[in-house]
Amino acid sequence: MTKTSASPRENNFEHSLKRLQQIVETLEEGSVNLEEVMKMYEEGVQLSRICLEQLQEVDVKLKRLGKEIGGSFKLFDETLEE
Amino acid sequence: MTVSELTRRIKGTLEKGFPVAAVEGEISNYKQHSSGHLYFTIKDEHAQIQAVLWRSRAANLIFTPQDGMKIVARGRITVYEVRGVYQLDVVELRPLGTGELQLAFERLKQQLAARGYFDAGRKKPIPRFCARIGLVTSPTGAAIRDIVNIISRRWPSAELILYPVAVQGAGAAHEIAGAIRDFNAWGKVDVMIVGRGGGSLEDLWAFNEEVVADAIYQSAIPIISAVGHEIDFTIADFVADLRAPTPSAAAELVVPTRREMVEIVRNYCYTIQQIATARVVSEREKINGILRSHAFNRPIDLLRQYSQQVDELRRTLMMVVMNRLKSSREQWTSLDKRIRSVNPELILRRGYVIVRRNGEIIGSSKKLKPSDSVHLDYHDGRVPAVIQKQGAGHP
Repeated sequence: MTKTSASPRENNFEHSLKRLQQIVETLEEGSVNLEEVMKMYEEGVQLSRICLEQLQEVDVKLKRLGKEIGGSFKLFDETLEE
Repeated sequence: MTVSELTRRIKGTLEKGFPVAAVEGEISNYKQHSSGHLYFTIKDEHAQIQAVLWRSRAANLIFTPQDGMKIVARGRITVYEVRGVYQLDVVELRPLGTGELQLAFERLKQQLAARGYFDAGRKKPIPRFCARIGLVTSPTGAAIRDIVNIISRRWPSAELILYPVAVQGAGAAHEIAGAIRDFNAWGKVDVMIVGRGGGSLEDLWAFNEEVVADAIYQSAIPIISAVGHEIDFTIADFVADLRAPTPSAAAELVVPTRREMVEIVRNYCYTIQQIATARVVSEREKINGILRSHAFNRPIDLLRQYSQQVDELRRTLMMVVMNRLKSSREQWTSLDKRIRSVNPELILRRGYVIVRRNGEIIGSSKKLKPSDSVHLDYHDGRVPAVIQKQGAGHP
């Protein structure tokens, strides 16, 4: 029962956000040299942009988990009845 | 009369004589056959009767019967000829009042508590960003609607995976437990919401079943229970990693709001820019400080000192040269005087002459012969002369 990764776009968001947090913490510590500060600054600004872009997505995805003959799993599109 | 004939007559008599009976008693020897049919005995202090509940009717049960549970069973008496037994063919099985359900609830709660099912220490944390959210609920209930609505509004990039199950009736508990296990086998959700909308105690009963408790307990994926309204507490709520008072509340627990996240990301970005800018300013200050510092200015200082020294040296040198020139001139003047004092002209003025023959100065009388043409240089002019005769030494 291994837990595999979730959808990549979301993982990206979480990773981006974690990295962003890390950068903020490192910068706040103040123990890195100027060159690293500039690199982190560039990375941080880019990550922020990526995160904000991902937050633009609008439609929630609803799927249904079903089992096929033989026991393997398959995702189906699902819409709720009005 | 054969056994078959006798049995058939008993069967006819019994089945006509007891069309429908409602009987109260306690369940014992409860068994669920793999076919789905339920077999058990209903007893009181003095007697017992076999009972069967066919699978098709078991689906309408609101609870899973347990040994010791007091029930009311309604059904017909039938005779099972093959084994020569009579039994109650149960059409409806209900706990004896809600008090009995309450008792079953308390009994199971105590058992599971003793097994450590509710220990806070084994509760899994709910991820902050649930990308894929498994939903174990009815596809037609209020719960799924509420959850989809709220998540669409808060965190639309989430993916909702519904595992449709019946949420009430006897089969519901097994379906719910199966869905939880299937999500674990599939493994691709970050969290599960297990629940349903509000209803009576009987409606919610599936979530008080041991199979559901087991499945939740064994799940490797964090589970949020969301059963009924805020006042409803089920066994599932105690075992789940987190209890949400309602399905809507569960939806709010699994995802942040987009606005919240935008705010957080913007803050991070702002902080990074602030720190980086401040750092650049401070580094610039440092550099300026160095430029102004004595140490850094030393070369220029030295240069200035040297050039001053050079100026001084040059001045000194000029002085030396001038002095030399001056003394040289003085020397020359005195020499000139001395030279002037030995000038032959001065001698000539005293009456001496210089004798030259063809320009050559003749310094001795012996160099002259008779008839030599010479010149006599006086201080004021030249006179030609001819030698008459050989001289005879000094006069």
